[in-house]
Amino acid sequence: MNSFWLHPALILILGALVLPLLPGRVKKPFLLLVPVLVFARVLTLTPGSFGHVSFLGWDLVFGRVDRLSQVFGYIMSLMCILGNLYGLHVKDDRQHVAAWFYVAGSIGAIYAGDYLTLFLFWELMAFSSVFLIWARGREESLGAGFRYLLVHVAGGLSLLAGMVWHCNTVGSWEFSLTDVQHATPATYLIMIGFILNAAVPPLHAWLPDAYGEATFNGSVFMCAFTTKTAVYALCRGFAGMEILVPLGVIMALYGVVYAVLENDCRRLLAYHIISQVGYMVAGVGLGTQMAVNGACAHAFAHILYKGLLFMGCGAVLHMTGESKFTELGGLWRKMPWTFVFTLIGGLSISAFPLFSGFVSKSMIVAAGFEEHKLWVGFLLMLASVGTFLHTGLKVPYFIWFGKNQPKREVWERAAEPPWNMNAAMALASVLCIFIGCYTPYLYKMLPYPEVAAEYHPYTAYHVSETLQILLFTAVGFFLLLKKLVPEPVISLDCDWFYRMGGRAFLTFARKPVQAVDTFVGELYRLGGLIPLMLTARLAGLFDNYIIDGAVDGFARSVRRLGQRLRGVQRGQVQENLVFAFGVAAALIVAFIILANW
Amino acid sequence: MSLVKLIEFLRNRLKTVVRLCWVALALLVVADILFVDKEHAHTAVEHWWGFWSLFGFVGCAALIIVSKWYGHAGIMQREDYYDE
Repeated sequence: MNSFWLHPALILILGALVLPLLPGRVKKPFLLLVPVLVFARVLTLTPGSFGHVSFLGWDLVFGRVDRLSQVFGYIMSLMCILGNLYGLHVKDDRQHVAAWFYVAGSIGAIYAGDYLTLFLFWELMAFSSVFLIWARGREESLGAGFRYLLVHVAGGLSLLAGMVWHCNTVGSWEFSLTDVQHATPATYLIMIGFILNAAVPPLHAWLPDAYGEATFNGSVFMCAFTTKTAVYALCRGFAGMEILVPLGVIMALYGVVYAVLENDCRRLLAYHIISQVGYMVAGVGLGTQMAVNGACAHAFAHILYKGLLFMGCGAVLHMTGESKFTELGGLWRKMPWTFVFTLIGGLSISAFPLFSGFVSKSMIVAAGFEEHKLWVGFLLMLASVGTFLHTGLKVPYFIWFGKNQPKREVWERAAEPPWNMNAAMALASVLCIFIGCYTPYLYKMLPYPEVAAEYHPYTAYHVSETLQILLFTAVGFFLLLKKLVPEPVISLDCDWFYRMGGRAFLTFARKPVQAVDTFVGELYRLGGLIPLMLTARLAGLFDNYIIDGAVDGFARSVRRLGQRLRGVQRGQVQENLVFAFGVAAALIVAFIILANW
Repeated sequence: MSLVKLIEFLRNRLKTVVRLCWVALALLVVADILFVDKEHAHTAVEHWWGFWSLFGFVGCAALIIVSKWYGHAGIMQREDYYDE
């Protein structure tokens, strides 16, 4: 390409690099300006293929703009504005910088036209978002962050292996719909990389682990980007892959079951991400135009209402310092508006008529019924019973009402959050209702707009069906309320295997391995040391007279360099990551700029 | 704040609110039986009276009972389970 094509992710990366250098006064406007610019840039993109760069003889494509990437690019950049507004008062620059790199990773992956570019941004997402967990600064956050990173690195490796294998067979890095009828091992490896990010059980435990532990505004970002970028990648590469249908249905129900047990409101919401992404994964697996439309529409709606829900619970955490149901209750007197906004999020996720979930979720369910997969339709309906049960009823009830009386200091701290948090929640609420009431806004953006235009969610039958399901779920909730009272426990999930497995490995490393090491060391001392000393003395003579002279000068310069480097290498893994990360960021910027000249 | 007043107003009349909700539920089922066109239903069961009401209620109860049973079967542990 001769003309310069401005990548939306580039705006964020440059913004993130500049932000820490700015004086305090201009920071807040800047925090809003950059995401707005990104959103504006996404709006002005025209379909086509841009940002080509030749790398080691391969053609990398940084900017593939079509209907599928546009709908995701649109909602991601919109969510970035809301997230920044919500966290506007946060003084910690690291969080803003991490969030922007993270969003840049997501947007970069969405517009990537080949696997290598996709992989680059895919990893950027994992390595930047982990700082949103660490930034909380608790002891638990450190562990949760490392677990998050480990799992994502493993997923990334699977993706990388699959990509390389795939490229070797096909002879091209192009990222497009794979031959889902004749899946090869390479296809499955790529798919595992994708579904790990989409949090498909049993590869899902990182999600509640991380999102429950991130900072109050970090989770608002995290809940939107990682899983939905994975949904995009699945839509792009695996539409019609049969195995995704049962996996999606299992996900939808799995999240619901764990949400019953959960005592932490943000972990509950995290389990509901798994459940909701299950609908999208099932939609991708169905693969019809209507189902793919449904997956995209639901991802779009989901980002807004889930962001809103995390904002509501984040506000409670931010103001009271608590996120456990057993420590909260009766907050309606203190935080009534937060309650209303969270309730709107809850009604949207539960697909109440006139709210966003109603017009998106039903598309996937309808596609299931139309494909005559009745079990898919009915089980997804059952999952939506669970969705309303928890997010629409349990969360608002046990935080804002309920019999539980929080501790005095929690009660005293509770108050409405700062204006910017309220503004972000209000905006997200308006969008949720707008999408639910005016369907063409969303439907015209979908990959197959003609199919979407023929779908009408507001039929008497559909409205009546939904209202009956949801309202009678509410009856069940209030009748079984005693059984639902949260308990101060945690629920074991698949992370048990690597948490306990890691511990077993550590014990193994400490005891048997160390014993062997000591034994070998002893053998070495006896058998190796005496002959070694002799040779060493001879070598020493040679060294003293001949080598030293030449080497001394060189050594002095190496030492000087080493001393400088030591400044950045203090053995702190996080610092090293920041350093490596900065270098990577600089390389990406260089690449993107080079790509466009 | 007026929003707090509104919630207070409703809470003070909880019995009436609950009664109104029951009436609304009954009306919903009646309306479904009398007026809703079930031409596009995918299965025969959907033609039953109040099928989706029953589905919602039974589904909700089943989810709660099954999940709690699963949780108490060893999945729920004390909060310091992972501490060393």
